Amino acid sequence: MRRLSTLTRGIILENPVLVLVLGTCPSLAVSTQASNAIGMGVAATAVLLGSNICISALRKVIPDKVRIPCYIVLIAGFVTVVQMIVKAYAPALDKALGLYLPLIVVNCIILGRAEMYANKNGVFDSALDAIGMGAGFTLTLLVMSSIREIIGNGTWYGMKIPVLADNHISILTMAPGGFFVFGCLIALVNKISKGKAPRKSEFGCEGCPSAAACGKLKPEEVISE
Amino acid sequence: MSVKAMLAIIMTAVFVNNYVLQQFLGICPFLGVSKKLDQASGMSIAVIFVMCLATAVTWPIQYYLLTPRSGAYDLGYMQTIVFILVIAALVQLIEMVLKKYLPALHKSLGVYLPLITTNCAVLGVCIANIDSRYGFGHSMLNSFGSGLGFFLAMVLFSGVRSRTEYCDPPEAFRGLPITLVAASIVSVSFFGFAGVIEKLFG
Repeated sequence: MRRLSTLTRGIILENPVLVLVLGTCPSLAVSTQASNAIGMGVAATAVLLGSNICISALRKVIPDKVRIPCYIVLIAGFVTVVQMIVKAYAPALDKALGLYLPLIVVNCIILGRAEMYANKNGVFDSALDAIGMGAGFTLTLLVMSSIREIIGNGTWYGMKIPVLADNHISILTMAPGGFFVFGCLIALVNKISKGKAPRKSEFGCEGCPSAAACGKLKPEEVISE
Repeated sequence: MSVKAMLAIIMTAVFVNNYVLQQFLGICPFLGVSKKLDQASGMSIAVIFVMCLATAVTWPIQYYLLTPRSGAYDLGYMQTIVFILVIAALVQLIEMVLKKYLPALHKSLGVYLPLITTNCAVLGVCIANIDSRYGFGHSMLNSFGSGLGFFLAMVLFSGVRSRTEYCDPPEAFRGLPITLVAASIVSVSFFGFAGVIEKLFG
């Protein structure tokens, strides 16, 4: 039962993007098309799974003081592997994601889960956590990109949608639309989970490697108060 | 490179390809540290500084160490690992040097430095310079321009944000959602620059 909740909480209750507000950059940038979103989601999930398993297995070996650099090296290693696989087997996706593929390294979801979960829990639990969080990330990207692609471009996954294809609002596929749709989705999650979802200040920030420095900047709560 | 070309590179990086508002890099500090003007400007000055230094270091590493022009070997696939480590080490080094020799500057910028290590804009600009095959001068100008664009977005947005603090949106929109909607409107305003730069320098 506990294991099941480890797996499922990443999808809604502790959704990495909409509730924890981690990994905003790739979510905004690649959610212009459903196909890109799925590609990005799967790539990030693969890296997350690998890094969570490795970090959890090595959690007693890695000295506490240098853990962040160690995590970064491990994550960068996995990102490189994923980059090579994508380049070899899905060159079109590689082109579409471009810069954002290597930037998975600095995706805070991955470092955040390492710091928040994998370095305190066993290998199996960490793997489940990675799958759950990865699924949450992928699903969020899929929802966001579907909204943006359907309304903004009149297509979904490349298929034309009858009426919308002729009357699309193309600003939604551009940068402002990303911010707008993201804001609306977070508001929707706020509305649905009113009070039930954990606050960002309770655990969102502590996983961030820069939490210590960040805390000095803002004594009051920052993002979602 | 003529002055006009240099200006064009910087202006394009600041206005047209603005890292925050058009390319979605460095969103975390953009949302997290933009609440007060002094914090926003301090953070962005640190970002400009680190971006320029990181490019000055990673560009030679790429072309002299990873993929040497002679073509003797190709370690291009190590780019991600090497760059992130170099940036992380560089930021630590800057912090130590500042602390030792320029304590006053360290006091004002020091707190922002650790935040920058995992800032995707810094790694992003280093990789983008290599991907676009810019020369060294072009890369440096592009990095400086991108940093400047980050500064502009942060400063503009901290002003917008001080207004959204006092507005009264629906309950669900309070906090982050209304901030994102505001960011979307600021982002629209940057569309206006696209034509201007083309006409000025094209």
